[in-house]
Amino acid sequence: MQVSMTVNGRSVSGDVEPRTLLVHFIRENLALTGTHVGCETSYCGACTVIVDGSTAKSCTMLAVQAAGSEIRTVEGLADGETLHAVQEGFWERHGLQCGFCTPGMIMSAVGLLESNPNPTETEIRHGIEGNLCRCTGYHNIVKAIEYAGAKLRGETPAPAEWEVTV
Amino acid sequence: MSTTSVLGGVVKRREDPALIKGKARYVDDVKLTGMLHAAFVRSPFAHATITSVDSAEASGMPGVRAIYTSADVRHLGPLVAQVAVGKARPLLADGMVNHVGEAVVLVIAETRAQAQDAADSIHVEYESLSAVIDLKQAASDAAKTHSDLDSNILITWTAPFGADADTMAALVEKIAEAKAREDTVTVSLEMVNQRLLPTAIEPRSVVADWNDGYVEMTIFSSSQMISAVAGAVGKTLGIPYNRVNGIAPEVGGGFGVKLNVYNDEILMPWASMQLGAPVKFTETRREAATSSIQGRGWLATATITGTRDGEVLAYELDGICDMGAYTQNFTVAIPFLGVFVASGQYKFPTRLKLDCVTTNTMTTDAYRGAGRPEAIYYLERIMDAYSREIGMDPAAVRLKNFIPAEAFPSAVSPVGFAMDTGDYATNLEAMIDSQVYRDLFVERDELRSQGHLAGVGLSTYVEVCGFGPSGLVDLGFSWAGYGLPSAFNGSGLVRVNPDGTANVIIGTGPSGQGHKTTWSQIVSSQLGIEIDDIRVSYGDTKDAPMMVGTFGSRSAAVDGAAAFEAAQKVRDKAAKIAAHLLEASDADIRFEDGSAHVAGSPDKSVTWAAISQAAYQPHTLPAGMEGGLEAHAIFSPANATWPFGTTVCLVTVDRDTGDVQLRRWLSMDDCGNVINPMIVDGQIHGGVAQGIGQALFEEAVYDSNGNLLTPGLVDYPLVTAVDVPLFELNRTVTPSDINPLGVKGIGEAGTIGSAQTVVNAVVDALAEMGVKHIDMPLRPKRVWQAMNEATKG
Repeated sequence: MQVSMTVNGRSVSGDVEPRTLLVHFIRENLALTGTHVGCETSYCGACTVIVDGSTAKSCTMLAVQAAGSEIRTVEGLADGETLHAVQEGFWERHGLQCGFCTPGMIMSAVGLLESNPNPTETEIRHGIEGNLCRCTGYHNIVKAIEYAGAKLRGETPAPAEWEVTV
Repeated sequence: MSTTSVLGGVVKRREDPALIKGKARYVDDVKLTGMLHAAFVRSPFAHATITSVDSAEASGMPGVRAIYTSADVRHLGPLVAQVAVGKARPLLADGMVNHVGEAVVLVIAETRAQAQDAADSIHVEYESLSAVIDLKQAASDAAKTHSDLDSNILITWTAPFGADADTMAALVEKIAEAKAREDTVTVSLEMVNQRLLPTAIEPRSVVADWNDGYVEMTIFSSSQMISAVAGAVGKTLGIPYNRVNGIAPEVGGGFGVKLNVYNDEILMPWASMQLGAPVKFTETRREAATSSIQGRGWLATATITGTRDGEVLAYELDGICDMGAYTQNFTVAIPFLGVFVASGQYKFPTRLKLDCVTTNTMTTDAYRGAGRPEAIYYLERIMDAYSREIGMDPAAVRLKNFIPAEAFPSAVSPVGFAMDTGDYATNLEAMIDSQVYRDLFVERDELRSQGHLAGVGLSTYVEVCGFGPSGLVDLGFSWAGYGLPSAFNGSGLVRVNPDGTANVIIGTGPSGQGHKTTWSQIVSSQLGIEIDDIRVSYGDTKDAPMMVGTFGSRSAAVDGAAAFEAAQKVRDKAAKIAAHLLEASDADIRFEDGSAHVAGSPDKSVTWAAISQAAYQPHTLPAGMEGGLEAHAIFSPANATWPFGTTVCLVTVDRDTGDVQLRRWLSMDDCGNVINPMIVDGQIHGGVAQGIGQALFEEAVYDSNGNLLTPGLVDYPLVTAVDVPLFELNRTVTPSDINPLGVKGIGEAGTIGSAQTVVNAVVDALAEMGVKHIDMPLRPKRVWQAMNEATKG
């Protein structure tokens, strides 16, 4: 069946089986492979995208459920060569290692900061609770999101831990 | 960028732009023209004979191209393994299944969904047999896992390593005498170090593409050691190593699970040869749990005998280690890695006996730390219990029993291994003298005065890693089974191009450790070429120098040293060329900021680009000099490296629910010299989180019939962002003396040093109730039960 939606500002459509998951539509039909599949049960969050302004796990949503929706994926974040503040934060604060959970983690962080521009550490941790990272212990992810929050608020981010001499 | 700050300075990661933009390519992103897809029918039984396979319906389903059983692949032999002890895994189950999740039938179809639909329509009949699951039962040989093996015990490791019967008997007698003394106490605990699922977030994925025109096999695999995959494919399918292109692109977490060579990595290339088309297989999360290797799985009794003033006279460890049904890559050698560090940082006599048993469960193998977290867990838990028994500060007890700094370098541990460098007391004292450490106890006591159950736990650790000595071959560690060079060499190739940029090709297989960045720093430090002008690559067997891969925290200490030495060779040659061009002495040439100049006359200089151009126009070179500006080095260290450290944490336990909350975490690690502190700290963060995961949440549970009850993230909870605090890290630096960088390795240290710290803290919190031990994972129910039993008892 035919399905149409807007992905990263571009109108797209494709022929899918009714059972096709949104994540497979994004990865296979649109060749946007930044969105990953880690568990197929919505636990790991590697497939997180933003659907009509809210974060969603695209591995447990059918492509047809997203018909007519506005979807944002990690590929749509940067403005040309300029990274989104959250992407910049992850790079500046070593918020990733293997990078597999990163696109989903970044989309969750974007969603969090859009709904809560100045989260506390605890709010950040709860905001990304649905995204699993096996590499970083979340320490630098928290720091990355704090960095991004400051940038988006027009503030100067706190220095990195390695820039501070005790 | 000045060369002096390149080693030891923070450099932002070179690998990140692709990863944060979603442009990095993992294996499941690979799409080839005409590519087919695979799915497996897997055993729902732990132990059964296969009576029939009916694929009539499936073979007529849409898109189905082939259905294979053992009859089709039996002639290829079983899966090659490195340490061939125990039962080798058939590529597809051959008449029997020996664990839940064992591959029985392989289906190839045009789409993944079609392959899965067809697999679901294949009817396999089984006759179920009783399964051997319980470790004590397995060790008793009451029932056999494999009827054709003499015993379920595949091998027994003992320590001191290499001790003859007389030496062992003398040690046993000495321990008995210590126990008999009136001024000693003996503390003993039977403890479980539970099975774990390594759980890289990226499931394993393989794409194989046979081309009979070029006569070459290309295999993409999410592997930590693509050379082993290429070697095993070549050896099994009869293709020379130079015609297998093994490619590991971006690898989404490894932790040991991607170090094994799997049957799917042999079967996809084979199927591609049969069908004349590329074939892809990507495991599901359930398959990752049931059919990729698992870790840990020990049941052991740790015993300490010591005086009442804290002098330990003997340590004993007697246990059973679960190998699963088939042995794969290292399987039986994993507990042996625990033997290396069984006596930890201590000088006391140590006796160890570990029976490695086969059971009707998935194979165990290397999971982050691999044998060393288990060994350190038992040692540091029982050190804590002993300290508690004699009423001494656990830090003071450790200080009293450490191998002294004067014994280094090359101190020989009680279990018989020479350790490169160490200064254990300085490391532990740096921790206990720190303000944060003192604050932790103030905080604990405040919490207690408010009525909370609060506890502080401490653990020290030593690790063996940086596996590179060629001599490991003599201990049975060899890659010869994969058709590879038997030794664990590091390798690096450095080339300076005519535009002044450099290519560095290394033998590692990283999965997030930032090798592009660290190796840029290593090479820049020797050549003075800007980090942005250095491109590091790896993971391609065709183009890389003879490579091994990444595991056992070996990369910087072995392959890093190789790249360092290769860069030095290039620099030495470049100095001669520069001296020739500048009419100076090569001893006076200095490299900085992309140029060579004469010491004392900075205006007399020549760029790397000019040096390289000269190198590739041999007629401009000094007479007799060979053209070109590249060098390769192999590095084989004299020993492994031995990092160490101290970890401390503060926990509270909810009186009503048993819920453990981790409030503070302190680490004092010593991994020798540090190349990039940001990356090293990141490795510690992740390693510690996995140790915390084992302590609090993770457990692969098989029921008595061998069903895996935890096959997904629903039942196998990983640490989330809300479960851990910010980590407070610090370090001491005791450089290694066995490689030119003075580095040791940090990939596994966090995991090795952490699970027991959490358990020690929980026992500290519950000591007032009389709780002496709780087996991991310390989930609320288990803690609550222990609290209730202790209060009742």
